[in-house]
Amino acid sequence: MDKLVAQYSRPAHQNEMYSEQEQHDLTESLPPLSLKFNLPPVDNSRSWLRAMTDDHSNPSCPIKLAHGTTTLAFRFQGGIIVATDSRATAGNWIASQTVKKVIPVSRLSRGEDKANNAPTPGLLGTMAGGAADCQYWLRYLSQQCTLHEIRHKRRITVAAASKILANLTYAYKGYGLSMGTMLAGMTPQEGPALYYIDSDGTRLPGNLFCVGSGQTFAYGVLDANYRYDLTEEEALELGRRSILAAMHRDAYSGGFINLYHVKEEGWVHHGFDDMNPIFWKTKLEKGEFSNVTSEL
Amino acid sequence: MMSFMGHQPQSQAVGYTFSQPTNAPNKEHSFYPYTDNGGSTLGITGADFAILAGDTRSVAGYNINSRYAPKVFKIGGDDDTGEGAHIILSVVGFAADGQALKERLDAVVKMYKYQHGKPMSVRACAQRLSTILYQKRFFPYYVHAILAGLDEEGKGALYSYDPVGSYEREQCRAAGSAASLIMPFLDNQVNFKNQYIPSSGDGHALEPKKPEPLPRETVEQLVRDAFTSAVERHIEVGDGLQMMVITQNGIEEIYTPLKKD
Repeated sequence: MDKLVAQYSRPAHQNEMYSEQEQHDLTESLPPLSLKFNLPPVDNSRSWLRAMTDDHSNPSCPIKLAHGTTTLAFRFQGGIIVATDSRATAGNWIASQTVKKVIPVSRLSRGEDKANNAPTPGLLGTMAGGAADCQYWLRYLSQQCTLHEIRHKRRITVAAASKILANLTYAYKGYGLSMGTMLAGMTPQEGPALYYIDSDGTRLPGNLFCVGSGQTFAYGVLDANYRYDLTEEEALELGRRSILAAMHRDAYSGGFINLYHVKEEGWVHHGFDDMNPIFWKTKLEKGEFSNVTSEL
Repeated sequence: MMSFMGHQPQSQAVGYTFSQPTNAPNKEHSFYPYTDNGGSTLGITGADFAILAGDTRSVAGYNINSRYAPKVFKIGGDDDTGEGAHIILSVVGFAADGQALKERLDAVVKMYKYQHGKPMSVRACAQRLSTILYQKRFFPYYVHAILAGLDEEGKGALYSYDPVGSYEREQCRAAGSAASLIMPFLDNQVNFKNQYIPSSGDGHALEPKKPEPLPRETVEQLVRDAFTSAVERHIEVGDGLQMMVITQNGIEEIYTPLKKD
């Protein structure tokens, strides 16, 4: 009888809580670590992996992985600017000059088949460090964000999305992942939000980040000219100019300037432009880069 | 740390030790499961076709172990000959890993067809190959893979991969030991890098030549030229050139002999 009473006298809101199974799914949704990935048959798989793939400590390592380089993102009055270079290097070899280092996250449609220039809803992630690590885990994050959207009938916040990624990188800490990524997005709850997440498990909110081997050069330009009340035009130009500075001074950065603007309605792509004509235009028309001579 | 604590006092008490004195802090790397089998592969796309090619030499160190070991494979065919396939894969690096990778992808593409009742699109296959490679992120396949086919619009599609699965769709890509010899040539001849329209302007106003899809005959000749040149300057490339051309009408395989020295 007591049981029966207990069953029907629960306050109504109790039914709105997550069931035990749902709570379990939510907290244990990380992939099982040792089961999902193939590990080499050695005692210390981390040092083995480093010996095979870390070209920084061992330049003659057999497997050279593609690495990504200068990326930046900053918040301003009109949203968030995200800009990257497009070079991938494997040791001294330029593996590619056309890498897309800005990766759309959190939508079933990732904007690939979009015809017009209308904003695409969703978050943007950037790629620095191991190209495969960033591509794979941002895709994994995409999947988690879409599932969140279906489960909760609203878009995931940038804070939540960045935490999924940070928890993931923290779980794999020491396994040899290499990624430094920024997540940018605009949600009704947060407004424009920007987070930095890396493979150590760091997760930081902020106004302005540069990541990669060219970060110092980009910071130099960005810090000098950054204001929160930049106009959209100025902000795009500052993003472009900062990446250009990094491409000019950092050998591991180069190729094309990839520019995005995150607005309230979604993100807009502002071009994937060859740096060379932009560099000469900046030099000849604005008189910058006077360290470079244009006469033979 | 534990063994250090336990060992030290004992050896001091006895006055001798069985442990070998060594200057090197730690000796590792005895587990080396890879061999570089050399060779090179290359892929180029056109408006309605894609070509994948690879030399057929297999080496280990300075030894040539085979003069016909194919590096280009049909994926998802109906039988052993690969009849009915609509995707091709080239792998270069460690041949055993390449073979294993090819077989996994082949099985995946076949299972997809049986489960969904339609052939797998090249885009889907490209993404799947990326995840297959990434499954071995901590024990990588020692391969550089290139995948080719025709996309939904019938245009040539080419995807290139690093050993752990980062991938990108491109117009052309060279991989393997002679990649550094072939890729600059391809940049210039396929994407017209550093080519300008003559007398279109002075100095920095010179207009760059715009890349456009090349006709099939041109591309085939570029592939042959790339390989005959690589053979002249790289010891691991030679013996034969295996080319697979994928068009709407299916896959055509062309074999051309290369120098055998």
